[in-house]
Amino acid sequence: MKKKIGVYICHCGGNISDYVDVEKVRQAVENEGGVFLSKTTMFACADSNQKDMVSDIKEKQLDGVVVASCSPKLHLLTFRGVAERAGLNKYNYVHANIREQVSWAHSDNKTGATEKAIHIVKAAIAKVRNAESLEPVKVQSTKAVAVVGAGVAGMRAAIELAEAGAEVFLIEREFFVGGRVSQWDDLCITDETGKELITRLYDRVMQHKHVTLFTGAEIVENKGSVGNFEIKVKVTPRHFKLQCSGGELQKAIDVCPVEVPDEFNFNITKRKAIYHNYPSEYPQLPAIDMKTCTRCGKCEAVCNAVDFSQKTEYLNIKVGSILLATGFDPYEPPKGEFGYGEIDNVITLPQFKRVIHYNDKRLIWQGKEVKNIAYIYCVGSRQLNGDNKYCSRYCCTSTIHTAITAKNKYKGIHNFHFNRGIRTYGKAEVRYDESSRLGDVYLQSFEYDPPVVEARDGQTFVKIKDVLTANKELEVAADLVVLVTGMVPRKDNSIAGLLKVPKGRDKFFNEIHMKLRPVETVIDGVTIAGASQGPKNIMESMNSALSAATKSFSLIDSGELALEPTVAVVNKEACEWCGKCDEACPYSAFEKVEKDGKMIAKVIPSVCKGCGMCLPVCPSNALELIGLSDHDVESMIDVLIEKDTV
Amino acid sequence: MAGGKVNNSPKILVFSTEKISDPAIDMAGLLKLHYPPTVYTIPVPCSSAIKPRWIMHALEQGFDGVFIAADGTDCPYGESCTTKTGEIVRETMEQLKEKGMDPARLKMAAICSVCSEPFVKHVKSFAEYLGKEKEVNAVE
Repeated sequence: MKKKIGVYICHCGGNISDYVDVEKVRQAVENEGGVFLSKTTMFACADSNQKDMVSDIKEKQLDGVVVASCSPKLHLLTFRGVAERAGLNKYNYVHANIREQVSWAHSDNKTGATEKAIHIVKAAIAKVRNAESLEPVKVQSTKAVAVVGAGVAGMRAAIELAEAGAEVFLIEREFFVGGRVSQWDDLCITDETGKELITRLYDRVMQHKHVTLFTGAEIVENKGSVGNFEIKVKVTPRHFKLQCSGGELQKAIDVCPVEVPDEFNFNITKRKAIYHNYPSEYPQLPAIDMKTCTRCGKCEAVCNAVDFSQKTEYLNIKVGSILLATGFDPYEPPKGEFGYGEIDNVITLPQFKRVIHYNDKRLIWQGKEVKNIAYIYCVGSRQLNGDNKYCSRYCCTSTIHTAITAKNKYKGIHNFHFNRGIRTYGKAEVRYDESSRLGDVYLQSFEYDPPVVEARDGQTFVKIKDVLTANKELEVAADLVVLVTGMVPRKDNSIAGLLKVPKGRDKFFNEIHMKLRPVETVIDGVTIAGASQGPKNIMESMNSALSAATKSFSLIDSGELALEPTVAVVNKEACEWCGKCDEACPYSAFEKVEKDGKMIAKVIPSVCKGCGMCLPVCPSNALELIGLSDHDVESMIDVLIEKDTV
Repeated sequence: MAGGKVNNSPKILVFSTEKISDPAIDMAGLLKLHYPPTVYTIPVPCSSAIKPRWIMHALEQGFDGVFIAADGTDCPYGESCTTKTGEIVRETMEQLKEKGMDPARLKMAAICSVCSEPFVKHVKSFAEYLGKEKEVNAVE
């Protein structure tokens, strides 16, 4: 129990004292148990007051401090710092919010506001009376980072981390690097191809001696926590020896009797069980897809490099941080959405890009030349009824860029954009301008009145009530309908479950704070980058990759980490292991241990996030959160309910 | 009920959450959205951390109502939060019924980090309900 508590009540200029009688508050709390000193101050956060506080704490040997001022989101850390500078453990500081939640909220009722402030300051005193000095949980950290996903974001982050001095393990689930960007040709606005970007990044990754790239690899187990993740990586063999001559390889591909839809081309073409996605792809070594290979042996007979003796390997790796850059999937419309899967000239934007890639002089789809192209925007994004409420950000720009590409590449193309408002934000706006000048037609509707696609008389029509021409009903006979599909989270996002990374309402990985902590997750040491977090274009992915790399590096650089000590604690006497806390904990922070002849729960402090989800589920009330014990909460309640004094 | 002054606003204890609903309540102040000054807040890390005994303690010691400003689906600690907070409310309401207390003295709503207006609406209508109950009880 503390006997020398210092209480400081802030005027905040007049922000507080115009509505709360701060002197009255001071008088009301000066005789509370344990209060040794009470002052009002014009600006508690001002340098001069901070200095006064430091000397008060030092000279008067204060053992607890309360500042009643603005929201703790603004100045909790400031005053914890004051305590520390004065040699007082910072957990002996308690903050009382009498601005946002008192003077401003109740500027219409000065008596009420003063009364509330008194109660809140008394509650803070009750809490600080019981406060204990705490030391941060210190853990050693390994100076290595696992980067999951070798697309543009993952590779860029890996290069940055390696250059800063970390050991990097770049783990890619596919047999080839590059992710989605390797599937695109010309990019907006630079007209570089996706493949060129990938080549540049891959070359730097391979040159760097501190980056180890695994392909066909995924994390299958994870133990430990920030500073010391112990991951198990499963590496699937590609069944090819390192040396492989091009001629023999082509023979091996030719003789392979297995044909499966080629996902690299969004299933508009087929590939063999032996494959590479394009001739110069990285690593420049083909792979055999063992899920579809029949082991007929024909490839082995014509190509020496085929090696079926290669085995799946498991590697145990220790890293201090994990950076997730696992990317996105394009939205796959269900059968019948705008005729998809039912009318054979309705395809998606990613498919259309591959169609352009494969058609040189003339644009041919299903044997027919294409002249009129209808693009239907916001398919799978900004849904009125579905779950995807978000805008996918890249699609307006990408569609207009692709439409221009088609117009420049082939003769006689007419583009019709059935949109819901165009968002070619930032530098991409010039493409919208260009497409308008080239004569592209824009038709617009609202989400509740979308265009309709129908097949009749051997033709496909897209019909719209165009809001830009006073709801006139307009119809286009389209040779090809392109559904502008948005981004959705990866279908297989099992890594999130393994690392316990939370997902947001949109089912993408969730950051701690959208604006202030945009690349960290509540799992200490796990950062997120690129489109795994939500729709992003390449520029935005690079930005987030670099900031995630910096954040991951800052965690491991010093070799030692200090974690918040406000974790759950188990009352050893009361606990009779039942496992309910373990079930409730989202982070597996509980261990079952033997203590004095019985099994009890033990909290692993470096894993516990201090969320408190375990507290209410314990049948013997054996769990408390440091700083939020029953005593803390109930003594605050007792004070808050006291009769008014004003 | 203590006091007996009919024109006294009911006392409400709000359990807010440090990362989600407390910022919304802060912002209500910033926007000068007024609500009764007899509404007090205790922030917790996550609404799934609230022990039923704390709620019972508040109601038995004299708070007229307890409002849980829950994280809902925005909880940074994971998707299970909504179900878990719901379970806490259900269990506490059982306890209230057993003790012959009005379970409607406990209320929960998801308050997102920018849900200042919904917060004020909720506590105002809750205070109104509790005020009427108080009046009825005072007459009885």
